Amino acid sequence: MTNVTMTINGKAVSGEVEGNTLLSSFLRDDQRLTGTHIGCDTSQCGACLVHVNGRAVKSCTMFAAEADGAEVATIEGQANADGSLNVIQQAFQDHHGLQCGFCTPGMVMTTAALLKDNPKPTEAEVRAYLEGNICRCTGYHNIVKAIMAASGQDVSAIAAE
Amino acid sequence: MYAFDIERPETIAEAVAALGGEAQALGGGQTLIPTLKARLASPDKLVSLSSISEMQGIRLEGRDLWIGGATVHADVANDGTYAALSDLAAHIGDPAVRNRGTIGGSIANNDPAACYPAAALGSGATIVTNTREIAADDFFQGMFDTALNEEEIITAVKFPIPEVANYQKFVQPASRFALVGVFVAKYADGVRVAVTGASNEGVHRWSAAEDALSSNFSAGALDGLSVPSGNMIADLHGSPDYRAHLVKVMTGRAVAQAS
Repeated sequence: MTNVTMTINGKAVSGEVEGNTLLSSFLRDDQRLTGTHIGCDTSQCGACLVHVNGRAVKSCTMFAAEADGAEVATIEGQANADGSLNVIQQAFQDHHGLQCGFCTPGMVMTTAALLKDNPKPTEAEVRAYLEGNICRCTGYHNIVKAIMAASGQDVSAIAAE
Repeated sequence: MYAFDIERPETIAEAVAALGGEAQALGGGQTLIPTLKARLASPDKLVSLSSISEMQGIRLEGRDLWIGGATVHADVANDGTYAALSDLAAHIGDPAVRNRGTIGGSIANNDPAACYPAAALGSGATIVTNTREIAADDFFQGMFDTALNEEEIITAVKFPIPEVANYQKFVQPASRFALVGVFVAKYADGVRVAVTGASNEGVHRWSAAEDALSSNFSAGALDGLSVPSGNMIADLHGSPDYRAHLVKVMTGRAVAQAS
């Protein structure tokens, strides 16, 4: 067992982990932050996506010990301080960017990472950036629309096909 | 996963000291961690290379672009000094994978469908380890096989920057790895063509195309050539003949788009 210390959503935490404890397991089982979902557990689907030191990573494909000393951001830290949905979350609700919601934490964290680097992405850039996030419900069109809306762009011309 | 310990050394010397026995070096883990989950590997210790600052970064060294072995794909993608290499890095995996996966890890693994081995071989890169420098021509020795010894770590890769270059990847639709990928680079002393994804031998050079392109750098120079299919990979995604055909097509596209 190794002791790890990291900052999660601005709060310092520490815990004991095995060498093979994944960051996703540490977040969910140790920290009880179950908003980070495990979909495929093979780094395909992106439901477990979090930010580590400001970068999007799949928490099922990184060991908790590797995040020792890191700043981690998860879906639990995304809402506004008063508990209301942030701009990205609200756009997903407004544009029906989710159905079952299982992929949504990863979609929101991916969107946050995209818009940080590219505040006004084109539709093609949004679709390319979503390569590592799989949704089995929506067919993606409304997710793309929500992301475009969250970036402050007019989405009236984007058809919900 | 089986149980193992993790160490996070901060220098190359500490990392080398931590290896040995059943220990395994851990780059970004984007291949190794899924492999561990499938219990296809059972190290008793992982030595994480991601905290070693002397293996990080990208800089010009004379005419070479030096890239630290622990540098992630996203950083190479954003660099742009060697445009074709940055473009290749920008299309590996997906954004989250590119934030973890490293150039040293990719080249050490030498997956027969990986992109970076084609860039290294196609550029005549030098693989720098903790003990020596290895020419790419000597480094890649077949599918998942390299010149690396046990307890040897790729600390950097040095790429001579070509006049023009381009990488064309025909994506296998399920894995998004290269069904066939071709890296073409034109240097003052000739053209190099490296092929990934296609062959049972792993990454390799297409010497007939190199000869033709060295005297006439245009897609038309490939017209009379054909790629032998004898050693090409056969699977449900493509026959050997199909892959051989794709090698020529992708080479032509790379030449046409080289910049």
